[in-house]
Amino acid sequence: MSEYNGEIKKMMIILSKATLDSVYAAFVLANGARMEGIESEMFFTFFGLEALHKEKMEDLHVATVGNPAMHMPTMLGGLPGMEALATHMMKKEMDKLDLPGVKEFVEILSASGVKIWACRLAMDMFHYKKEDLAPELDGVLTVGDFYQRAQGLGTHMLFI
Amino acid sequence: MEKTIAGKSVAVNEEGYMTDLSQWSPEIANELAKESNLELSPRHFEVLEYLQTQYKNEVPLTIRRVGASGVVDIKEFYALFPAGPLKISSKIAGIPKPASCI
Repeated sequence: MSEYNGEIKKMMIILSKATLDSVYAAFVLANGARMEGIESEMFFTFFGLEALHKEKMEDLHVATVGNPAMHMPTMLGGLPGMEALATHMMKKEMDKLDLPGVKEFVEILSASGVKIWACRLAMDMFHYKKEDLAPELDGVLTVGDFYQRAQGLGTHMLFI
Repeated sequence: MEKTIAGKSVAVNEEGYMTDLSQWSPEIANELAKESNLELSPRHFEVLEYLQTQYKNEVPLTIRRVGASGVVDIKEFYALFPAGPLKISSKIAGIPKPASCI
């Protein structure tokens, strides 16, 4: 008989987008798990890889088009400078909350014991090399490798 | 509520966090650490002292601030309190549970 009591032991968080709000949601969840003593691993795939890309990670944006929560007409959101403005406003709010920038956040995650994995297929698709990504990268994995790492009672998986 | 820790009656909340820092002593810290399966070293006490000072100065605690404190880096902070660095260390330091998400 298993005595598993439903406790969360490991969070496997897949990040597939590089809009600032998605990236922060994933980072806060991964970091929050570690703060509770829960193991935590991140798999960066498709556009999520941009959050690890040395030349792109500090320049991520909030999406103003196709984002109904911005409460602005889509036509307006597409005007030049709108995305930069929304991004600037969000970064200002995050500063107030003592939220680190993307690069520093990745450093904090790694120091906290979060495993940082890049998706093999997405790497090939975007023609990225390991050296293009932040030094905190723990390795490049296939989906199968990632599932292997997720095995065991109490593992939860999130797709963002 | 009251709880007897290291032979002293101290005020704690329902999660076991002390509610009056003036009742704290290193003996109590050692006792609280045992409840979290930890054996305190001098390094632990340096961190506890830093946390208490931050609390007295009403600075909200986050992992990032602790890591930038110069007292301990994030890696060591996790190594010292593996089961939840902010939560467990605050409990042992006799200060309230931090309400931080980061």
